[in-house]
Amino acid sequence: MAEFFHMGGYAFYVWTSFGLTAFLLAGLVVWASQAHKRELARISRRLRREKRSV
Amino acid sequence: MNIFTKWFHRLGSPPWFYRVSGKLIPWMSLLCAALIIYGLYAGLVVAPPDYQQGDSFRIIYIHVPAALLSMFIYVVMAVAGGISLIWRMKMADVVLISSAPIGAVFTVIALATGSLWGKPMWGTWWTWDARLTSELLLLFLYLGIIALHNAVEDRQSAARAVSVLALVGVVNIPIIHYSVVWWNTLHQGATIMRLDGPAIDESMRWPLFAMIAAFYLYYFIVLMLRARGEVLNRESRSRWVRELVAGD
Amino acid sequence: MTPGRAFLDLLRRDLLLAMRRRSELANPMLFFVMVIVLFPLGVGAEPQLLEQMSAGVVWVAALLAALLTLDSIFRSDFEDGTLEQILIGAHPVPMLVLAKVIAHWLVTGLPLLLVAPVLATFLGMNPDAIGVLMLSLLLGTPVLSLIGSIGVALTVGLRRGGVILSLLVLPLYVPVLIFGAAAVDAAASGMPVTGQMYIMAAFLVLAVTLAPLAAAAALRISLS
Repeated sequence: MAEFFHMGGYAFYVWTSFGLTAFLLAGLVVWASQAHKRELARISRRLRREKRSV
Repeated sequence: MNIFTKWFHRLGSPPWFYRVSGKLIPWMSLLCAALIIYGLYAGLVVAPPDYQQGDSFRIIYIHVPAALLSMFIYVVMAVAGGISLIWRMKMADVVLISSAPIGAVFTVIALATGSLWGKPMWGTWWTWDARLTSELLLLFLYLGIIALHNAVEDRQSAARAVSVLALVGVVNIPIIHYSVVWWNTLHQGATIMRLDGPAIDESMRWPLFAMIAAFYLYYFIVLMLRARGEVLNRESRSRWVRELVAGD
Repeated sequence: MTPGRAFLDLLRRDLLLAMRRRSELANPMLFFVMVIVLFPLGVGAEPQLLEQMSAGVVWVAALLAALLTLDSIFRSDFEDGTLEQILIGAHPVPMLVLAKVIAHWLVTGLPLLLVAPVLATFLGMNPDAIGVLMLSLLLGTPVLSLIGSIGVALTVGLRRGGVILSLLVLPLYVPVLIFGAAAVDAAASGMPVTGQMYIMAAFLVLAVTLAPLAAAAALRISLS
């Protein structure tokens, strides 16, 4: 197990690579879905406002 | 209208895209996750260390897919740009601008992992190897598209401007790439990044394919996610959006 | 008026306008000189080092000088409405764009060829290579103006377009830089340069035929 994390001495390089990638790719997903949710919220807010003002 | 034009115009319809993408995303995500789990397990745990590079070769499972995607996405953007300019299709604009940040991130990943791979191999954080240098220039092309789109105020003009830029870029990418390869042989010769070695062992090959497929899926998934947000934004005053949001 | 006549008239007009601001003509040359002078100051005056760098330094300086002056291709015409007239006029826009780019090159690129040999000598370039340097600049600087015109066309309507312009244009300049500098280096080592020269000529042909089309499309977008 410890050998797995050690990666033959290259632990820093391998785990930084995988970690950075995971971070960036997860970040993209979060950013994309948050933007989508924000749009939905914005539109429904506007629809509610319009219904009230009718 | 034959079947192709029918499909083509369907693809260009925002409400159709929104509906279909909503259904596709969960399934594609499952598949992508499965491929990643397999790829990581087979690549990190099962595959034995390389006799020359030790365990550091495992970075290939990220570097190669990321580099492939960074180029694929630019081509997609250029095609979308062409479609946008010729057929004035809104969805093409959406695809282009949604893809740009994803492509840029993949390029950064390719550069970073290339660097992290190069350090133990050649002792320096950066080598002016042909592929890394090409990737760096590709990053600038991506950043240029993102910057130009942000700088132009009118949305439609912005979409057309980046379409032209993407097309100009795609024509130049092979030229830039081969120039850099040629330049590299002039000045360095020896340092060739042997990612695809003489023969990749079986145990190394399948995880790599899995990771490549996973990255492609990931791109399409995130593209659809981003595009859904964009579509809602652009079409927010249309009836289908009102009905969609009110229905929730 | 025939298109050919319009082309020549526009070319002549741009040259005339440039001549009227004669004091500004020297700017690209001065910039070129200054950039080249900065290199020895920055890296030290060791002759061998400078000689090795000389091809690249001259070429990078030419590139930067081109970048600096690109804005002037369309800027004044954009501001006084002439550009719009060109776009709605009867003559093919790419042809007129080509006329403007040629005028730009004659005023900003060609002068660089005059001072390049002197500067190359300052950097200790092998005299055998200087002829090739001139030829490479002769073939390459028009390409820089042509490719640059696409970038300017895309950014002419923007408030701070100059910042983005460099980002857009520099990656596209890289192949010209690589082959131009490599040709000079090869000549300095006494090796044949025909390959590089053919490629530079190919870039020029490609740029002359395609860049005006892209720039015209970009202008239409910028002015819409």
